[in-house]
Amino acid sequence: MPQSISRRSFLKGGAAACALAAAGIPSEGSAENPAQLATLLDISKCIGCGACVEACREINAPKFPEPKKPFPAMYPQRVKVEDWSDKREESERLTPYNWLYIQSALVNYEGKDYNLTLPRRCMHCVNPPCVKLCPWGAAKQLPNGISRLDSDLCLGGAKCKEVCPWSIPQRQTGTGLYLDILPSLVGNGVMYKCDRCYDRVAQGKLPACVEVCPEKVQEIGPREEILRKAHALAKEKKGYIYGEHENGGTNTLYVSPVPFEVLNKAIETGSGKPHLKKVADSMKQGNNLATAMILAPLAGVAAAFGNFYRKAKKNDRGEKNESQSV
Amino acid sequence: MNPNPSKSIGFRKGSLYWLYVLIIGFIVLSGFAQMPIFKRYYIADIPGLGWLAQYYVTHVIHYIAAALLIALVFYRASEYFLSARFDVRLTLSGYLRGGLIVGLIISGVLLVIRNLAGQNFSPLIIIYLDLIHIVFMLLFLFALLFSALFKKKWTKPIS
Repeated sequence: MPQSISRRSFLKGGAAACALAAAGIPSEGSAENPAQLATLLDISKCIGCGACVEACREINAPKFPEPKKPFPAMYPQRVKVEDWSDKREESERLTPYNWLYIQSALVNYEGKDYNLTLPRRCMHCVNPPCVKLCPWGAAKQLPNGISRLDSDLCLGGAKCKEVCPWSIPQRQTGTGLYLDILPSLVGNGVMYKCDRCYDRVAQGKLPACVEVCPEKVQEIGPREEILRKAHALAKEKKGYIYGEHENGGTNTLYVSPVPFEVLNKAIETGSGKPHLKKVADSMKQGNNLATAMILAPLAGVAAAFGNFYRKAKKNDRGEKNESQSV
Repeated sequence: MNPNPSKSIGFRKGSLYWLYVLIIGFIVLSGFAQMPIFKRYYIADIPGLGWLAQYYVTHVIHYIAAALLIALVFYRASEYFLSARFDVRLTLSGYLRGGLIVGLIISGVLLVIRNLAGQNFSPLIIIYLDLIHIVFMLLFLFALLFSALFKKKWTKPIS
């Protein structure tokens, strides 16, 4: 697996990346430290050059699927094959071969025109539903906050995509564990998404997209520190933050000079093209109900004692009545 | 006060029995719905069963049914230790079903804790927990089927 970025990408990234790469990840958030790492993206700096997209594809190429064809016949027929292997060059949306793409928005806000570009990928939620609700444990959250899908375990049921508020994971049919089980009846491939270069981060390196950016759009660090920086940046630029509260909080924070409601109307959204809407905490309702589970044993025991007391009293009265009548 | 009012309690069929059947029905359905199968196999297309394809709905229903099951298990266990044990004792089938329910509750509660923000179990533990929960569920369903077919009761009177 290539752990270095090619000369082409590096030159595209420019010398600015050099200093950033040398800096590495702040030690507080290294693999040895369980603090969740977050990235801050100052989108007013992004020029949409695509260096991050190219670096992501290059560094993650060994993780991309190599499906076996022909694909197994799927039953029932409503199960559709999803094949991106012949469209590997697609870079205008998220696919199993493109985990990061540039979204653009041309907007007029408060009388000023903005041509903004945003690198879009997995948000790496603080409490990721894709990980928590995966029925097989194929989705994992690392102690440093990275959520990743294990391509050796994933069956491609796409539940992670359905529960993700941004529908980030993308499926490739014809690869993975399901081929060894019941390929026609269970599963449909493997889901893929940004793993924020977990293997590079484990070595103290920067994710490829962060390292190669010529404009230093992104920085990475412990979430608390990144949050402070995001607020300082938003205050300085009179900007807006996305990702602090979305889905209960994410480890990807965008700062924009234009409100995200405005941006969301200007960007192209749809399959493989995530929105920028406000997102409520998907796990909150279920986790609130966890409290009910703490109270449930108490309620059960209290009800049994109440019932026991009531019946014992009733029996007592019955016995007294019987002895009086005798 | 009479310390032994168990004769009027017993472990007979009643409204609690039907509550138990209802809880088990919902918990099994919503549990299986955590896997992407109901939509794939057209079951969610049956009128009234569309909710089985909505993961967050089935997630919440599973939690509610689990809370009710825990309350019912503690109710029945307390009732047994308070009084019913003087009249009845658990059968082998009762021990089997009870043990499997306890296993399901313990593995389920650990999965609920895993789902809370800030809880990060190791991936291997999560895989084992998921598998244990599913295996316990399947064994419990077999035990239910066996008990229904051969009319096995939870308890029998102390002779």
